[in-house]
Amino acid sequence: MQATLSTRTAPAGEVSPAAVMIRRMSGLFFVHAFLLAGAVFILLPFVWMLVTSIKPPEEVFSAELSFWPDRFYGLENYSFALTAAPVLRFALNGVIVCTGILVVQLLIAIPCAYALAKLQFPGRHLLFVLVLLALCIPIQVPALPIYMALAWLGLLNTYFSMMVPFFLSVFGIFLFRQFFRSFPDDIIHAARLDGMSEFEIVWRIVTPSAWPAIAAFSVFSIVAHWNDLYWPLIVISDINLAPPPLGMMYFADAETGSNYGALTAAATVLTAPLVVTFLFARRRFIEGITMTGVK
Amino acid sequence: MSAAALPFRRQLLWQKLTGAGFALPAFLLLLALHVVPLLVLAGLSFTDYELGVVTFEWVGLDNYAQAFSDEVFRRSLVNTLYYVAIVLPGSVILSLLVAVLVHQRKRTRSFYEIIYFLPVTSTLIAMATVWQFLLHPSLGVINAALRKLGFGEVPFLSDPDLALPTLAMIGIWQLVGFNMILFLAGLSSIPRDLYEASAIDGVGNGVDRFLTITWPLLGPTTLFVIVTTSITAFKVFDTVAVMTKGGPQGATEVILYAIYLEGFYYFRTAYASVLTLVFLTFVVIFSVIQTFVLDRRTHY
Repeated sequence: MQATLSTRTAPAGEVSPAAVMIRRMSGLFFVHAFLLAGAVFILLPFVWMLVTSIKPPEEVFSAELSFWPDRFYGLENYSFALTAAPVLRFALNGVIVCTGILVVQLLIAIPCAYALAKLQFPGRHLLFVLVLLALCIPIQVPALPIYMALAWLGLLNTYFSMMVPFFLSVFGIFLFRQFFRSFPDDIIHAARLDGMSEFEIVWRIVTPSAWPAIAAFSVFSIVAHWNDLYWPLIVISDINLAPPPLGMMYFADAETGSNYGALTAAATVLTAPLVVTFLFARRRFIEGITMTGVK
Repeated sequence: MSAAALPFRRQLLWQKLTGAGFALPAFLLLLALHVVPLLVLAGLSFTDYELGVVTFEWVGLDNYAQAFSDEVFRRSLVNTLYYVAIVLPGSVILSLLVAVLVHQRKRTRSFYEIIYFLPVTSTLIAMATVWQFLLHPSLGVINAALRKLGFGEVPFLSDPDLALPTLAMIGIWQLVGFNMILFLAGLSSIPRDLYEASAIDGVGNGVDRFLTITWPLLGPTTLFVIVTTSITAFKVFDTVAVMTKGGPQGATEVILYAIYLEGFYYFRTAYASVLTLVFLTFVVIFSVIQTFVLDRRTHY
């Protein structure tokens, strides 16, 4: 494409093929130089995190700038990170919270989205307007009253308190409704004539067809809640319940704060699950995260 | 007639009941998690309630008056807008540039896509801790490099003039990949023959092509990216909470951090609810612009 363009624009006879070639190569050079410079900026913290996590303290604290450690200290750093703070526990908490949130979100959003897309019922329009309005309210707004309610009920410092504000995903309802609307009515009618209940239609016919939307939504939901700090910071003070970001904060604030080898080891362990998943399921991942942008 | 209509009407009634039944859990949660909290928030803003105190009094607009004359709150609002003013142009221009260049690559496209998208998938709190280490005055690699190049040590996070721009730089680092993907989606929707036609018409170099075709056709995407970036930047919290805690000398106090401190640290509940409502007002303004932009986009 590029090649045909530039040869076509070159006035015939005036520029030799060699000159065109040189111009193209230098253009490519600058493009890659720019992109690689940006890539270095993006990768710097990741690379430095990995090499620091295998460096011994004396090399971390040395004023000399050296990239690769002279002495491999990875085992010590990682085992310290895993024993001094319950880093694996933080990761497990992240898994529990993300799974709990996602399952309830799907169980509530899918039937509601189906009803909004395919069924007539009183209050349908009001509900949809409320969903649209709620789309622009971030968690930080209802945080205060929800916190008060949880405190009053004595539910602070529980997995439930970490999950409950996110049980309803208005974004999920909105997304699935758009998806279900294009599901053919004929199939639903046929299923009804076959004596299937609406419940069966939702879960056995419509939901399987929405698999791509559900996968993308799951990625979106998991990434958002694995990385969320604000809400867990508010409701959790028991370190054993902390999800990854909050656990990382405890770990950094504790006395281990200046032990950068162990700190970067912990950061690596807590960042790895999502990054590795991303590398394996890149398309799905990008789709899921940017879905909010192109809704 | 009634014999045939009755099952149909019964079916319709049944459908209404199932529809309402399917929507009921979502509706109740919507009330409990959005509608009621908003009403409570509005009510609290006219009281002097503090969490843990049994009684409260109605104080009218006192909290609002206090918020608008509060030096700390005003500073946190200004700081937040300053942060947005750096992150917005920085991440939008950079990501547009990267997207245009990456879009033309064939073999290396996914290589760059993966790298630039990496910060979006990683836990910001963990990476903020790493950035803090990178920027450390004596131990950090960035200052070590600056020393080697003959510059002095730069106290990125302890100099009041530098702290917020430094956090903004990390904000840009996190957002570039996300915006790049949005721009790439916009770029791939531009018909290829437009470029070929322009080449025949004599629009020569890449810059001209960008200005005559890419930029105008990317307009709706750009507007959209600008609004979403503004909202994201306006909600800055994580890096402040981990790296500076509002310091040095209040230079990185931002609106969400102020709300967090008032509401969940000092427990001045009523006052925090006023700050929350101000925060919500800003988000709603951004969202209204977003809806407007989206509307334009669909009619485009």
